[in-house]
Amino acid sequence: MVSTDRAPTPTIVIVRRLLWAAVALAALVGSIIFFAPKDEPEATRAYADTFGGPFTLTAPDGSAVSNRTLAGKPYAIFFGFTRCPEVCPTTLARMASLRQQLGPDGMKFDIVFVSVDPEHDKPADIGSYISLFKTPIYGLTGSPAQLAQIRKGYGVYVKKVPIEGGDYTIDHTAAIFLMDARGKFVTTIDYHENDRTALEKLKRIVAEASAAPEAGQKP
Amino acid sequence: MTFVTRLAAIALLSAAATPLLAQSVTAGKLVIDQAWSRQTAPTQKVGGGFLSITNKGKTADRLVSATSPVATEVQLHTMSMDGGVMRMRQMKDGIAIPAGKTVELKPGGLHVMFIGLKRPLAVGDSVPVKLRFARQGEVQVRFKVQPVGATGPAEARHGQH
Ligand SMILES: [Cu+2]
Repeated sequence: MVSTDRAPTPTIVIVRRLLWAAVALAALVGSIIFFAPKDEPEATRAYADTFGGPFTLTAPDGSAVSNRTLAGKPYAIFFGFTRCPEVCPTTLARMASLRQQLGPDGMKFDIVFVSVDPEHDKPADIGSYISLFKTPIYGLTGSPAQLAQIRKGYGVYVKKVPIEGGDYTIDHTAAIFLMDARGKFVTTIDYHENDRTALEKLKRIVAEASAAPEAGQKP
Repeated sequence: MTFVTRLAAIALLSAAATPLLAQSVTAGKLVIDQAWSRQTAPTQKVGGGFLSITNKGKTADRLVSATSPVATEVQLHTMSMDGGVMRMRQMKDGIAIPAGKTVELKPGGLHVMFIGLKRPLAVGDSVPVKLRFARQGEVQVRFKVQPVGATGPAEARHGQH
């Protein structure tokens, strides 16, 4: 039996003092982290203001989808083409999996796929392609001029490269751009990035949109 | 892997994914494992295929070409990420299979590319592919088609559902 009123031994006193010191230190560090400015550096913010910009593209059902259609909800946007055998399906499947891992928050952001291959990717082709991923995705294509405009806004590099047999492949930027509910750039998820940090980033855009619902109003 | 753990692994996998389990093919000193591909949409005319080739011999070999009845052409490709840009290139001289080494064709790097698919690749399909090696000659393998979200040959159990 352990009696509760016995005087603590010197060792216990030292351990207790150390624990209290640790608690105090943790509180101090916590408050520094909590009160430290969470904003991005000035340069990143200026970049975010000009990044993206207006666009109008076409959904698989033929309807127009613009930056205004997407306003009010954060979104993850990725550029690719349906004849891309590897990075595009990997990325879209990954977005679907990350969405699933987020549970109810998973539907609080949109997934947007924009074609870089207007020659082959007609709206119906995109529709058939995105249906493989079994989650709602905006699959968008458009005229060469419309696609050039959105690529410019998002700084997406594309280069057509001929392959044997008269066909071609397209070198292209493979990052996923995360945009907030106002269509402002937040951050990217890279191809090689692990799920843990990718999920943190998605949670962040979802949480920011929930914390500032007025930001989500459609203009 | 010991025989027992292999048996256990087979038993475990076959419970859910028997038709999807890739088989191993031995041809001379070459062992080809884990040949798999991803399902494609009806409008998709290309697909990637992946496999692992082990050269147990003392002489280097080279995978020089491939053909398949499901595609008008099968090419050997590599993919890389440079500064966030995905680049894919044809391996015109084929893929070296050094003596005593395993070369993996897998997502994010080397792959075979089905061009001009005659029909979509469906989950569970077993796609016949004839590989041609400089020394070993022709080797027939079958690529098991996995769900689009798969990143490896036997992931069917962890798929989308
Ligand atoms: Cu390829």
